[in-house]
Amino acid sequence: MSLLEFENVTLKFGGLTAVDNLSFEVQQGEVFAIVGPNGAGKSTVFNLISRFYDPFSGSIRFDGHDLLQAKPSGVAAFGVARTFQNIELFEHATVLQNLLVGRHRHRKTNLISELLFTPAVRRQELENREKVEQIIDFLDLQAYRDKLISGLPYGVRKVVEVARALATDPKLLLLDEPASGLSVEETTDMRWWIDDIRRQMGITVLMVEHDMGLVSGVSDRVLAMADGAKLALGPPADVQSHPAVIEAYLGKAS
Amino acid sequence: MRIVFKTDYMQDIRPWKDGFQLRLYLLLLFVVAAAPFALDDFYLGELTNVLIWAIAGLGLMILTGHTGQVSLGHAAFLAFGCYANVALIEAGVPFLVAFPLAGILTGIAGVTVAVPALRLHGIYLAIFTMALSILMDDIIVLSEPITGGVAGKYIGGFDIFGLTVDRWGTPDLFYWLVLYVTVLVTLGYINLLRAPLGRSFIAVRDSEVSAQAMGIDIARTKMISFALSCAVTGWAGALMGLFAGAFNNETFSVLISIQLLMMIVIGGLGSIHGAFLGAIVIGFLPQFLSISKEYVGAIFGGNTVAIPGLEFGIFGMILIGFILFEPMGIYGRWLKIRTWFELFPFYRKDMFKRQKSYLKTERLR
Repeated sequence: MSLLEFENVTLKFGGLTAVDNLSFEVQQGEVFAIVGPNGAGKSTVFNLISRFYDPFSGSIRFDGHDLLQAKPSGVAAFGVARTFQNIELFEHATVLQNLLVGRHRHRKTNLISELLFTPAVRRQELENREKVEQIIDFLDLQAYRDKLISGLPYGVRKVVEVARALATDPKLLLLDEPASGLSVEETTDMRWWIDDIRRQMGITVLMVEHDMGLVSGVSDRVLAMADGAKLALGPPADVQSHPAVIEAYLGKAS
Repeated sequence: MRIVFKTDYMQDIRPWKDGFQLRLYLLLLFVVAAAPFALDDFYLGELTNVLIWAIAGLGLMILTGHTGQVSLGHAAFLAFGCYANVALIEAGVPFLVAFPLAGILTGIAGVTVAVPALRLHGIYLAIFTMALSILMDDIIVLSEPITGGVAGKYIGGFDIFGLTVDRWGTPDLFYWLVLYVTVLVTLGYINLLRAPLGRSFIAVRDSEVSAQAMGIDIARTKMISFALSCAVTGWAGALMGLFAGAFNNETFSVLISIQLLMMIVIGGLGSIHGAFLGAIVIGFLPQFLSISKEYVGAIFGGNTVAIPGLEFGIFGMILIGFILFEPMGIYGRWLKIRTWFELFPFYRKDMFKRQKSYLKTERLR
């Protein structure tokens, strides 16, 4: 069953075609990677799913819903969570607070009950905390729980961002370059975590990544893009050896 | 250094860290509540003034400190709350209804203003709200039947449960009333910060894109923030009017707005403590200046005539000093000192350093 469907999606910024008639499907339970040279439109695909941009034409469906009907803040309610290429955490809050913001889509209380901090709010907070604690355990963030983000090293922030996305209890996790700027060890950790997210939590993962080691190690299918268009789609090994992909990265042999 | 071992989630949800901290705050509350028995009327009045400024500071702190929306228009909401309260009392509404209603009406006014303000960021929002503050002057003059125009309004005592509360006649009762409002607002604020809504304010402040990706409706959140902020500011304005006894269109000038914003910057943006610390600086500065002027006059033999603008001059210099040397305000400095002792000797100088990326977000858009 396909969870996410792109059908003939085109996005233009003025004269520039950022995404050109793109169609692909992400199956339930798989790790799907998007690769391509800089400016290929990979992150734009993510921003289309997050509804930051309206496509020029085409349709995006998620889990049976028309995603284009949703507001940018409504996408999370369907069960889509994401991370950002340049980490977008809440800098002046603790790791715990950041993860608790991830629980926001499950909020059932209202302004008045929260101002009075009624037992219902307390129960909800305890529930949220328990979920968040499971994720902290899962990603080994115990040591940083009460630290401010602004004091954390880059590698940890990257993990916190994944943790915050997981705290929303998503069906689909979008990872925008999860390994960029990480050391070799951290990249290896990230690889196992992505594997665990899929296997243990049953979350479908869609990621944009440049590190081909990570991509071929963890993903089931790879979509290669260049200039906003699809070049190749298939298992990692096939895509890596596809002539059009090699041409996009290395140029034509003369 | 006290180390608190956490064994229960409630320890993080409770507003106090441990029993010791709770006892400290209860002791503080007890001391403040007993102040009328120890202080003479003059100093009690000063303390009342500080508390009123603290309420106004808490109001602006919600919007600027926690939601990241700069407002130079809060004097307008102080005025709105003040006039609404007095107009309702003059219409015969009892104080216990008029006062809460004044805040709620100010909150509604705030939402009305928030609708166009939602599209603005950073400096443009500051300009927009400042214009509001300047406009309020004219609005008060034009709506003379309600506001009394340039001549202004006078308000004396009012009744609560048969007790006459009067700033001059019964300063202790008035002080307790202000203290009661301060405690209620502070408790509400603490509850807000440990609940999802308060966290969504912080999320909007620090990164709008990712707040949106977490399912937070930015426009709605800002609107609620404006409403709460203006309601609290309205209550502060109502108390300010009752405290002053007489006010007109010039009482709540744009200077008050600027003073309010500077106050929370000096106290420490993004903390409840900051609003109180800032209010203490603002409230006691004029007294401190007039006392020190006598000493300076005695030493240098100068006259002790009031120098116009001296207060604002000194105030401006304090502000520049804070922005240059301690952007996190008094509360931020206190946090650093406390961390230094707690971690001794492992404190690093860059522990509270701001990231450069902080500057590149939506803040100055």
